[in-house]
Amino acid sequence: MTTILPQSSAPPVTTVGPWAWAKKNLFSSWLNTLLTIISAAFLAWVLISFLSWAFTEAQWNAVRDNFRLFLVGRYPVQLLWRIWASLGLIVAVGGLSWGVLARTSRLFDRRGLVMLGILAASILIVLGLLADPTSIAISLGLLVLVVGTAFLGQQIGQVKPQLGSWLPLFWLLTFLLAYALVRGLIIGPQVKLDDLTGLLLTLLTAIVSIVLSFPIGVLLALGRRSELPVIRWLSIVYIEVIRGLPLVTILFAASLLVPLVLPSGMRPDRVLRAIVGLTMFSAAYLAENVRGGLQSVPRGQAEAAKALGMNPLLTTTLIVLPQALKAVIPTIVGQFISLFKDTSLLAIIGLAELLGMGQSVLANPQYNGRSSEVFLFIGLIYFLCCSIMSWASRRLERQLNAPKRAVDPALTTNRPDGGGGG
Amino acid sequence: MRKWISLLLATILTAAVAVACASTGDSTAQGGDNNANSTLNTVTSRGSLICGVNGQLPGFSFVDNTGEYSGMDVDFCRAIAAALFDDPTKVEFRNLSAQERFTALAAGEIDVLIRNTTWTINRDTALGLEFAPTTFFDGQGMLVTTASGIRDVKGLSGKSICVQSGTTTEQNLTDRFRKLNIPFTPVVFDDEDALYSAFAQGRCQAATSDRSQLTARRKTLPNPDNYVVLDEVISKEPLGPATRNNDSRWADAVKWVVFGTFQAEELGITKDNLAQFENSNDPEVKRLLGKEGTLGSDMGLPNDFMARVIKHVGNYGEIYERNIGGPFQLERGPNELWTNGGLIYAPPFR
Repeated sequence: MTTILPQSSAPPVTTVGPWAWAKKNLFSSWLNTLLTIISAAFLAWVLISFLSWAFTEAQWNAVRDNFRLFLVGRYPVQLLWRIWASLGLIVAVGGLSWGVLARTSRLFDRRGLVMLGILAASILIVLGLLADPTSIAISLGLLVLVVGTAFLGQQIGQVKPQLGSWLPLFWLLTFLLAYALVRGLIIGPQVKLDDLTGLLLTLLTAIVSIVLSFPIGVLLALGRRSELPVIRWLSIVYIEVIRGLPLVTILFAASLLVPLVLPSGMRPDRVLRAIVGLTMFSAAYLAENVRGGLQSVPRGQAEAAKALGMNPLLTTTLIVLPQALKAVIPTIVGQFISLFKDTSLLAIIGLAELLGMGQSVLANPQYNGRSSEVFLFIGLIYFLCCSIMSWASRRLERQLNAPKRAVDPALTTNRPDGGGGG
Repeated sequence: MRKWISLLLATILTAAVAVACASTGDSTAQGGDNNANSTLNTVTSRGSLICGVNGQLPGFSFVDNTGEYSGMDVDFCRAIAAALFDDPTKVEFRNLSAQERFTALAAGEIDVLIRNTTWTINRDTALGLEFAPTTFFDGQGMLVTTASGIRDVKGLSGKSICVQSGTTTEQNLTDRFRKLNIPFTPVVFDDEDALYSAFAQGRCQAATSDRSQLTARRKTLPNPDNYVVLDEVISKEPLGPATRNNDSRWADAVKWVVFGTFQAEELGITKDNLAQFENSNDPEVKRLLGKEGTLGSDMGLPNDFMARVIKHVGNYGEIYERNIGGPFQLERGPNELWTNGGLIYAPPFR
């Protein structure tokens, strides 16, 4: 472009590349330059001191030696195959659902392939440092299984597209099966619910509480807007009482008061009591989130449904709730993420979930004083799980918003990737 | 509405407390002292012991890297299981927090509480616990630098002392120093790790906690040899197993298993040399191992219960050495046998 174009308005700056970007965003004025230099220096200092600690001072053997304990806790070693089997089951169903949901699009664009490659590499590196070759082999096998079942799911999905709406039920069955497998309810010696520890317990309590608190929360939200005074007042009292209590109090009550109140001989598992406590707590907050969504649906929607002759049940389930829930996905997922992190409070009522297991391991004189390494590792696991959840929620949002955009294909065809999200 | 809710809340809480009190009253009354209701029978028919432990205390109970519980408290749980079932693995461990331990015991969720619990008059009487003999005499001590030249508590006059907040440790420190009229500056921490790193950086001249913890922590400081735990203690912390009141058959069983480990050490019977004692002519040894008399079966245990305990777990000295002495190089001090000037003393087995 050497010719000078004699035009009145200057063409927009089209220089690209990292340097131009940095100049525009980081060094646009002397103040920004100063700020950039100061923050870069600070970041470098933090990073360097962290790395020098991580590679020279830190003794990662506390994490390496106890890697299995963090993940599956005191689950009997000879029964570990059950965990692998249920993991395989979940992974296979995950791959299938992915395939079914993505039946119309290509499974792997370039980004997907890069992601998969990164995942495989990180499995190799992380497990290579921490676990035995068998676990690495099985983990890579699981990755292959995901891809394989995804392709299978795509094929099935193209033949039977209505399968997508059955997926939630399918997942419920999968979860129940995986749970039965882990507990040994189908085959082999049983493992007591209270004997589950480590990340396994964290995931179990979180998943069960999330799944249970969602319908309860929705019912409470509807109850709070109900026209029947008894239901409305009961819902309000429940929500306000639970929201007025700290979670720790509820967990302590579940673990201390419940056994005193129940007749002797009736001893619900401690894990079960904790799950009930978490569910009760989370349901109240969820109800308020959902209520926000319900209020955001214009009155006209319900009135229009009524005009079409729909009864109140149909109006709620088909018209109001779907719109309400869609509007509050981010807050609901936020609630689920905080519920997931709240499971770490179980450590103080004596349940050895991930954090409790970390504390038990730290009490081993062999690893005395290694708390930074262990807590960093545990924090990383929490971070990983939470970011997966928020990533999934963004995907879900985009997916649910897709039909709206599809109305006008002209707008969507040349739209750059990644419009939604938030 | 707010008024309504608080009224309702108050009613619910009152009701809950009332019900809770009523049912604790029930269970203590039901406990009774008759043989059929004893925890001993419950445990025997269940085929395993449920033992309440801390689960997170170095030297006393923790999970080792094979996933097994380990520690001094854990070993006493195993000793009881060995006595009853000839199998030290027949124990279910329950991690208990400091707050829930007594409720868990009162509600029958656990059979015996071996969770570094200090024997106090209040717990023994008002709380309805029955304490077995002390298995570890702990006490609050002081960790100082060797360079400071501090030899005793008086040497800490005017110094700053790192202490964990909200514990009896803080209370003991203030009480003792006020009594001795020694001025000091407390430096309070919420977190144990923060406390010891502050101490290592010289933020305070001494750190205080139970001696067992100080000794364990001293080893993790950058240069352990630069630090010393003072011999002087400023509080008494006798730690031992506890059971429910009004169940003397079960309390006796726990008590005599513990005493048995003391007696075995006194007689020099260890896990390794047990076989040599099998044919001993010493009547004391014969009675302890159940070769003579009916000491075991009289209390509802197998007659050779102590032989089983020694075979699987060992005597007191071995338990101490394995969990405390070896890993932390903590000298036995008051936990030495009475014959060596300590407090470990068992009444005669006859």
